[in-house]
Amino acid sequence: MIYLQLFLEFFLIGLFTFGGGYAMIPLIKQMVIKNLWLTEDLFIDFLAVAESTPGPIAINMATFVGATQGGPFGSIVATIGVVLPAFLIIILIAALLKHLLDNPYVQAFLKGIKPVIFGLILATGIVLFMKSIGFTGFTSFDFKYQTLVISILLITLFVGYKLYFKKKMNSILFILLAASIGITTFLYFNLLS
Amino acid sequence: MKNVKVKHPHTLKSLAELFLVFLKLGAFTFGGGYAMISLLREAVVEKKKWLSDDEMVEVIGIAESTPGPIAINMATFVGYKQAGVLGSTVATVGVVLPSLIIILAISLFFEQFLENQFVKYAFYGIKIAVSILILNAAIEMIKKMEKKVLPILILVAVTILMLLIELFNLPFSTIYLILIGGIIGIISYGLSLKKARKKS
Repeated sequence: MIYLQLFLEFFLIGLFTFGGGYAMIPLIKQMVIKNLWLTEDLFIDFLAVAESTPGPIAINMATFVGATQGGPFGSIVATIGVVLPAFLIIILIAALLKHLLDNPYVQAFLKGIKPVIFGLILATGIVLFMKSIGFTGFTSFDFKYQTLVISILLITLFVGYKLYFKKKMNSILFILLAASIGITTFLYFNLLS
Repeated sequence: MKNVKVKHPHTLKSLAELFLVFLKLGAFTFGGGYAMISLLREAVVEKKKWLSDDEMVEVIGIAESTPGPIAINMATFVGYKQAGVLGSTVATVGVVLPSLIIILAISLFFEQFLENQFVKYAFYGIKIAVSILILNAAIEMIKKMEKKVLPILILVAVTILMLLIELFNLPFSTIYLILIGGIIGIISYGLSLKKARKKS
């Protein structure tokens, strides 16, 4: 039954992600592809939407995957699944177990997973970048030179802004600029050819 | 540390207030949980005075060391403190609702939307931008990591392993990597205890 499956899969995601939305991306990606719920391309496209709409990325992802598989009810079930572990654990901690987090073994566990999470996020960024310029694995390669031009422009823009203003550019602004750079670059090369 | 005190009794008005504050947070935070921290502080510490600054730091610590989206952790905690389990529920529903409605609306026409030529071009740019944002987040976090041999080794190993898993489509769940990391953490703590005992 799809509703139960959506609930359980997202419950597991909610239970095993420490460190916020970005850490959740590789897990959700693996899970939806394994279940054949989304293609990798659609997942990456939607990730871009999840980044540019308000709200926690994990919630946006759960709602979208749920909606594609089970309509409005599916999206509610998936969202409840991803929210529930955090909800229950925080209530437990707030009500009874505040000492739990002071326990040295719990601390050691949390310390051990930190570099794993950072590695997962780093690898996710690298893989997404490779895929967005057309490198989709060792068997398929669909390189578009336009994407290379767009990448160089965007990296220059992002790093330049960061060095000049000493802070990260607002994500929404960066995504909007990226959309316009994408359109302009493709139209420019279309005109040339 | 003492347990969290719940402010009883709560009224319908205080629950509605809790709901509205978190509804607003859900509707106006772009870019994930970390972006929410500054908005939450403004609403909960400065305006409503539901938490002190010290408590706010504590909430962030708890949110980061427990699983799940940080925004949910925070809503549940603040809600519990204001009005118990009912307060948690009200705040969590509030923070989730805007996403749920917006994404549900988008999902209805997402695939038709992607077929448009201009949208396609725009998405080439957006996808590259998203990967740059993720790489930036990773680099910022790694910069703050303690520079010791073991965590750096784990970081490098996981990154390479994950790249291989992704590029060769290997069937290996990342959940195991997280659990292995935790176990290594506990073992290395156990060993350091042993060493300390031998010395004394």
